[in-house]
Parts: sequence; C-alpha cells; structure tokens
Amino acid sequence: MKNNHVRNIVLAVSLALTVLAMYMVFIFVPTERTMGIVQRIFYLMLPMGWLAMLAFTIIFINSILYLKKREDKYDLLARSAAELGLVFTTLTLITGSLWARPVWHVWWTWEPRLTTTLVLWVIYIAYFMVRSFASEEHRGATFAAVVGIIGFIDVPIIGMSTSIWRGLHPGAIMFQGGLAPPMVQTLVVSLLAFTGIFSVLLIQLVALKNDENALMVLKKIPD
Amino acid sequence: MAEPFSTVWAVETQDVTKVFGNHLALRGVNLKVAGGESVVLYGPNGAGKTTLLRVLSTIMKPTSGNILIDGLNLKDHAEALQRRMGIVSHHTFLYNSLTAFENLDFYSRMYDVPDARERIREVVDMVGMTARLHDRVGILSRGMQQRLSIARALLHKPSLMLLDEPETGLDQQAISMLWEALKSEGQGKRTVIFTTHTLERGLELGERLLILDRGKIVHESATKDMDLACLKETYRRATGVGV
Amino acid sequence: MSFWRKALAITRKDALSELRTKEIISSVLVFALLVILTFNFAFGANQETMKLVAPGILWVTFTFSGVLSLNRSFISEVEQDCLEGLKVCPVGREAIYVGKALGSLLFMLIIEAIALPVFALFFNLQVLSPQLVLITFLATVGFVSVGILFSALSVNTRAREMVLPILFLPIVVPVVISAVKASELALSGATWSALSSGILIILAFDAIFLVASFFTFSFVIEE
Repeated sequence: MKNNHVRNIVLAVSLALTVLAMYMVFIFVPTERTMGIVQRIFYLMLPMGWLAMLAFTIIFINSILYLKKREDKYDLLARSAAELGLVFTTLTLITGSLWARPVWHVWWTWEPRLTTTLVLWVIYIAYFMVRSFASEEHRGATFAAVVGIIGFIDVPIIGMSTSIWRGLHPGAIMFQGGLAPPMVQTLVVSLLAFTGIFSVLLIQLVALKNDENALMVLKKIPD
Repeated sequence: MAEPFSTVWAVETQDVTKVFGNHLALRGVNLKVAGGESVVLYGPNGAGKTTLLRVLSTIMKPTSGNILIDGLNLKDHAEALQRRMGIVSHHTFLYNSLTAFENLDFYSRMYDVPDARERIREVVDMVGMTARLHDRVGILSRGMQQRLSIARALLHKPSLMLLDEPETGLDQQAISMLWEALKSEGQGKRTVIFTTHTLERGLELGERLLILDRGKIVHESATKDMDLACLKETYRRATGVGV
Repeated sequence: MSFWRKALAITRKDALSELRTKEIISSVLVFALLVILTFNFAFGANQETMKLVAPGILWVTFTFSGVLSLNRSFISEVEQDCLEGLKVCPVGREAIYVGKALGSLLFMLIIEAIALPVFALFFNLQVLSPQLVLITFLATVGFVSVGILFSALSVNTRAREMVLPILFLPIVVPVVISAVKASELALSGATWSALSSGILIILAFDAIFLVASFFTFSFVIEE
C-alpha cells in the first residue's frame, strides 16, 4: 500500500527528529540565565501551540471545502485534525501553566497568549459539541464546519483584543536580548519533530476513520 | 429522450436519490407527471413519500439526480420555480401569535403577490375562513389551521401543488370542498402530487397512483383501472405490507 | 429591491409577533434587572467598588441578555416548521438572515435602551454619553451578527438552550473585552481618541462576522 509507505517514512523521520529534539532540549541547549531550567519547557510549549494553530488551519480549509463540495473526506480530515488540535491545545495550556508558575509565581495568568489559547480550547469543545448534539450526522458535520470557519476567523481578533487590553507582555520576558543560536536550533528541531508526529497521527486517524466508514457501509449493504 | 420534440412534463425527476448518512431515503426515483394531472403517492411509513415531496418543494436538496419543473432544472431556476409551487405539509407553516390575515399578508409579501388584500380575501373565501380572518392562528382548531395552510399555499396562484397528507384534521365534506379549490382556479387546472394514508381517498381524488417502497417507485397505474379491493391486493404485493 | 423588501417583511413579521406576545423583550428585561441586582448583592453597596466593576457588570448583563433573546429568535420559526415555509418561498437564504438579524437587533436595542438608564440609576453613573451609546450599539451589532447564525444552528440541535451559549460566548470574547474596556474609559470621561482602539476592534468584528455569517447562514438552515 502506497499510503502505508508514506506513513512509515514520515514515522521514521519524525522518530529520529524526536530523539534528536529530546537530546537538544535536555542536554545540548544551554540553560537560560534569568529563568533557569524551566525555560526548557519553552521548546515543548511553542511547538504544541503551533500544532494547535496548524490543526485549526486544517479544520478551517477543510470546513470551507466541505461546505462547498459536500464530500465526506473533507469533513473526515477536519474532524481528525480537530481531535489532534484539542489534544495539543490542552497540552499547550498545561505546559503554559507549568511555565507561568516559576516565571510569574502563579499557576494561571490572563496573559494574552494563554487567554487566546484557552478561548481556542473552548471553541474546540464547541466544535465537538454541535456535532454530537445534531439530529443527524451530516447536519452535525455541517454545523461543525460552520463553527470551524467562524472560530478560526475569530482567533486573531481574540489575540488582538487580549493583547491590546491586557498587560504582561511575555514577548519581553521570553526573548530578552533575543534567542542564542543554540536555542534557535533547538526550537527549529523541536518544531519539526512535533510537526512530524502530528502528521503521522493525522494520517493514522484519517485511515482509521476511513476503515470505520467502510465497515459501516459493509454492515448496511444486505438489503 | 430520443425524439426531437419531447413533451415538457410538469414534473420530471431523473434518478433522484436522497441519502441521510447511511440511510438511503430515495434511491433513483423516476417520475413523470403531465400538466393538470393529479397523482397520488402511496407507500408504508419510511417509503420516501414525504422525502420525495420535500425534495420537489426545495426544502431539501437531492443527493443526486435532476428535477425538472415545466422543463426547467430546479437547481438552476429555484426562485422562479418556487413561485409556481404551492406546498401543504404536515405542519401549517403559520405563526401562532399572528392572526390569519397577518400570516397570509406575510406570505403574500414573500411571494410578491400583487393586490395582496384582494387576493387574501379570495383565498380565505375559497377555504371558508372569512369569519376567522382576524383571529390569532394559535387559538384556531387544527382543521381550521389546515384550511388556512391551504389558503397560504394558494396565495400566489401556483400551477403545481405538492400536498403531504392534506386531509389532516379535515372532515369528508371539507375535503371535497377544498379539493375543488386546490385542483383548479378559473379556467386553469393545476398539477397535483399528494400523499394520503387512506387508500379510498387517493382513488377518489387522484387520476394516477404510484406506490413507493424503500425509496423506489414499485407500482404505477391509472386509478380508473382499480377498485379498492384490487388496490389493496396490489399494495400488499408491491410493499409486502397489508393495509 | 426585492431582497430588502423581503428581509424587512421578515423583520416586520417578527416585530408584530413580539408586539402581540411581548415574550422576548419583557422576559429579557426582567432577567437583565435580576442580573444587575444579583451583582449588586455580590459586590456589596460600596460606591468605590461599584465604580470599578460597573462596566463589567453592564456587559455581563448585556451578553447574557443577548444569549437569552437570541435563543428565542428561532423558536417561533420551528414551532410550526415555519422555517420550512420560508425556505420554499422565492426568497434567498441571505434575506432570511438579514431579516431575522434586524429583528433581533431591534429587540436588543430596545432592551438596552431601557436597561441602561436603570443601570445608571442603580449605580449612580453618567451613562448617557454619546460614547457609551455608540459602543453599546456597535457591540450589539456584533452580538447579533454571529448570534443569529448560532441561534439558527442551535435550534436544530438537541439541548438547544445549552448549545447557543457554548458557541456564542467564546466567539464574542473580543467584543466583550473591548466593550468593557471602552465603556470603562467612556465612564471616566476619556476622549474619543482614547476609545478608538476598542471601537476599531468591535467594528472589525462586526464587519468580519456580518460577512462570514451572511455566507454560512444558508448551510446552517439547509437539510
């Protein structure tokens, strides 16, 4: 199978990258001066936040395509991306909270990026909710697509309004004097590794859902 | 069709299907109805009668296939064709908190009915509801609401009537009277497609009958060739369900 | 123009119906009053604290009142399947959106026009400044633009009263934040230019979501 082949290659590459990323995060990269050892969470947090947004972008594009073309494959891809997106948004919130504790001495702060991520998380929940509360499956898919589109457009506006009205500029804290070259290298490798893992999981999820659908159709056929 | 000058049917469906998730509600319905003809749809629950009417009336889009009304594709000429259709469904489409007149006035705006007041008076008279014109719909009986629903469907002088169990809440006398109004107006004879759960009524009112089963037309004949006993037997054989 | 004539006919029908039943305006007004009262109990009667939290209370009241009245907006349309009756009329789905939205906007503005003076009275605030009126108007347009879309969506789900707030509240976060901050400034007598960034965000939200909802509405009511 061609698909399996692609998946295996992506899997192998991202495994290698992940091992490399772990090495770089924990051993290679020097400890940041002012924040100390906890700053290393940053190399996990940022890629997870990126995946949360990447997943939402995939949902957005496929939701538009689904509404336009009414083909189930777009909905399937959007739904799979949403499942992963919810996981990575949750992880972003958890790592963000771990980060906030030593840096700002609180578990949670209404800092713009954290706030936006939290709202994003709630929108993800709403995305699944309309689907399960709809009377029929295809209507649920349509509703979810609408929520996917509206929610995605909303994220930058949420980001804008939170950063204009709320204090605490993390940019200043995170990047005091910019990132040293080893830090940038570590970040890039970590981003690539996470994106690789994300792709493998997405391919896997889509394949699984396709099989499920095929099975449903087979069960329905005798009549 | 092969011949160069094919007849223009009032309603023609070409391989119309409707799928809800994994459920096939309509699987390839081919229907031809001539102008002015009355066609009755029979079939057990879930056979697809209502779905077929809903697809024809643009409430739903078919999953595949074409619907032609007066030779025009419903997909491309939706608004123009909607003006030619009058629809009576299980529900009345009337707002309970508004009066009969306000409801009809609202729908005449939706259909751009010229001289709306005059026309409302006309249709209300046709269905015998003139006395209750300024009563709130919510306090009227189901039968009266059904009459108003028929009046609503007649407002814009449609040439095609799609009726889903139009007799709901009405007695025999009322049905005969309303049928006259539904069937024709002045010189014009309307095309009517309707469903009913009483076989006798369909035989009496329809000119041709169709039996649907599991999303397909399984039997078709003229009503004058059938008596009730024969219809019952045909129905049982076609659907596997007795009546 | 046929589009506007039909949209306005829908608005007129809703207004007429509301005039008869007074269902939405009266019940939402009582609700708004109760929210204001409850907050008053929660924060005590300290004049200083009240000044501080007043803008927040105002917008929590308006947001929840918005949810309540939007929830009712499509109930009348599904009671006798009137939405189907509208769909078979020769009227664009977009005209239905505009007609319903104008109706809801009208009801909300009436509710706010009554609630604002009451609010001013209870909190001893000068609220009838042109700044605050403009902010309220723009924010309400934002609420209604996306709220009508979600109202039409949630009315077709099980547990419809639950679905609307879960969809609506995260999406309107930017409007709420900006409206609260801008009202705070307006109440303390700030100039127009100080309010401009808040007003701009609300304006951007209004414009973007009027367009996005306008185009996605037809999918929500399609079966």
